[in-house]
Amino acid sequence: MNAPTRATASQLLDNERFWRIFVWTVLLAGACVMFLPFLWLLSSSLKTELAIFRYPPDWIPDPIQFSNYVDAWTTRPFALYVRNTLVILLLNEFAVLVSASFCAYGFARIDFPGRNVWFAILLATVMLPGIVTMIPQFVIFSRIGWVNTILPLTVPFFFGGGAFNIFLLRQFFRTLPSELADAAYIDGASEIIIYWRIMLPLAKPALATIAIFTFIGTWNDFMGPLLYLAKDPNKFTVALGLAMFRTAFAGRTRWDLLMAASTMMIVPVIFVFFVAQRYFIQGIAISGLKG
Amino acid sequence: MAVQAHRTRLPWPRTRRARRALTGYLFISPFILGFFLFFVGPALVAAWLTMFDWNMIRPPYFIGLGNFTKMFNDDLFYQSLKVTAYFSLVSVPVGLVLSFLLALLMNFKTRSIALFRTIYYLPSIVPAVANAVLWSFILNTEFGLLNALLDSIGLPKIAWLQEPEWAMPAIILMSLWALGATMVIYLAGLQGIPRSLYEAAEIDGAGRWASLINVTIPLMSPVIFFNLIIGIIGSFQIFTAGFLITGGGPQHATLFYVLYIYRNGLQYFDMGYASLLAWVLFFLIFALTLIVFKYVGRYVYYEDVGS
Repeated sequence: MNAPTRATASQLLDNERFWRIFVWTVLLAGACVMFLPFLWLLSSSLKTELAIFRYPPDWIPDPIQFSNYVDAWTTRPFALYVRNTLVILLLNEFAVLVSASFCAYGFARIDFPGRNVWFAILLATVMLPGIVTMIPQFVIFSRIGWVNTILPLTVPFFFGGGAFNIFLLRQFFRTLPSELADAAYIDGASEIIIYWRIMLPLAKPALATIAIFTFIGTWNDFMGPLLYLAKDPNKFTVALGLAMFRTAFAGRTRWDLLMAASTMMIVPVIFVFFVAQRYFIQGIAISGLKG
Repeated sequence: MAVQAHRTRLPWPRTRRARRALTGYLFISPFILGFFLFFVGPALVAAWLTMFDWNMIRPPYFIGLGNFTKMFNDDLFYQSLKVTAYFSLVSVPVGLVLSFLLALLMNFKTRSIALFRTIYYLPSIVPAVANAVLWSFILNTEFGLLNALLDSIGLPKIAWLQEPEWAMPAIILMSLWALGATMVIYLAGLQGIPRSLYEAAEIDGAGRWASLINVTIPLMSPVIFFNLIIGIIGSFQIFTAGFLITGGGPQHATLFYVLYIYRNGLQYFDMGYASLLAWVLFFLIFALTLIVFKYVGRYVYYEDVGS
């Protein structure tokens, strides 16, 4: 008795059109769920303090209060926080791009005894959680007087620029044809010259990927500033400033302003994502697959 | 002759092989230095500190295995392990399966794939602090989005952040919002599977289900394995959500392990004990990774082992 239903079921299963519509519907439903928190954030950021506590909540704020953004921006010196973050960011971008590409060139293009051992160590440190060294690093940095400075958040990046970034660039360097370098060898160029003049310009797409990951990492970092900059409000980064902003209003939580401030922190990240989407995809492809 | 003498004193090696070795080490020297300065050094300092009672103000006081005794009798230590294991055991498998299913659907080459991919991926790049602030409001009992949605379909409101049994599901839900990061890695993997393999499977009479089991999953197993390892390591490091949204509460229900390390180190300034906890975390993650490599790694299919 089941036979006819089974046949239709399997026919349906192999029907291309049915699948396309089914898949599209599921994806659309999922996308709506994923997008809902963003809509909620944006909507709440434009509500008055009174409208925030209206229940059931409205999706379209009435009235629309753009001044939340101004209030959030000025209640605490967010312009200063942005400046502080940008200083750290610029230093880290420079450190990571130069240092990681320099090390990656060694791993990718020079054959020397012990290279594989060091590469294994590199891969191991990609896996190792940085959290483990958090406490002893704090002890050491406070001993040498680096707490309340940006040094602990920047100096380590000058030493290799992060194992993951070295790995990513190494994978990229290995894909470049060696004929380019060979011609330069014959002309008597040294490895440093080949690295700087030939390989680095060719690695621009991979460098862009790393620059973007470094931007996201620095902009989003909370643990670092919390450990080293939390004592001095004049040194806060945006992440730290936003975390402290939660308790800026004695006794009550100003969700309207908090949502506006959060939106302002998210927007640059999303902007960079849209501008540089293809580098994101590239980075994922290199790191996730060839690894 | 003077020139000759000068030359021999130069440390620059003479053979081509030795010169290349020196150049190689010169290039990777920043990494080697950083490895010792910021990893090995601190790890050794931590190992040494585990034997001391030290609050960074008084001189360190040697207590031998005192911190170990303290740890084994510390209820909050066990609680933080339990909490972290709970989070890891639920969020990692659920996240891996959901993101894999999503990637499969997305690989269908239906319309507006790029748009879908973007929407699913965006939550994963939202800064942790902004994410925590947003979700504290979404999870708010009286005015939050989640309870408004539950209410609208006739379900009772839940005090997500006040009730010990609901705080963890809430944080897991929040962590799943970011599953797009895993999804795009799967998607990149799926797009790397040659079409010819599916065509061959079809010729052999395999339906969708059979090609999923016999072609897609085996070929994707290295990527699944990669995501599993990254997922486990990441889940053990969760901090910001517990620190900002719940403060480890209610009743220590979200006292994540790293949050407990942070408290001992940066709030109680018990550096010896915090160092011990950090080392324990290191060994736990290391052991777990080894176990996963040993028992799960053998199911991973590597196509080009020979080449």
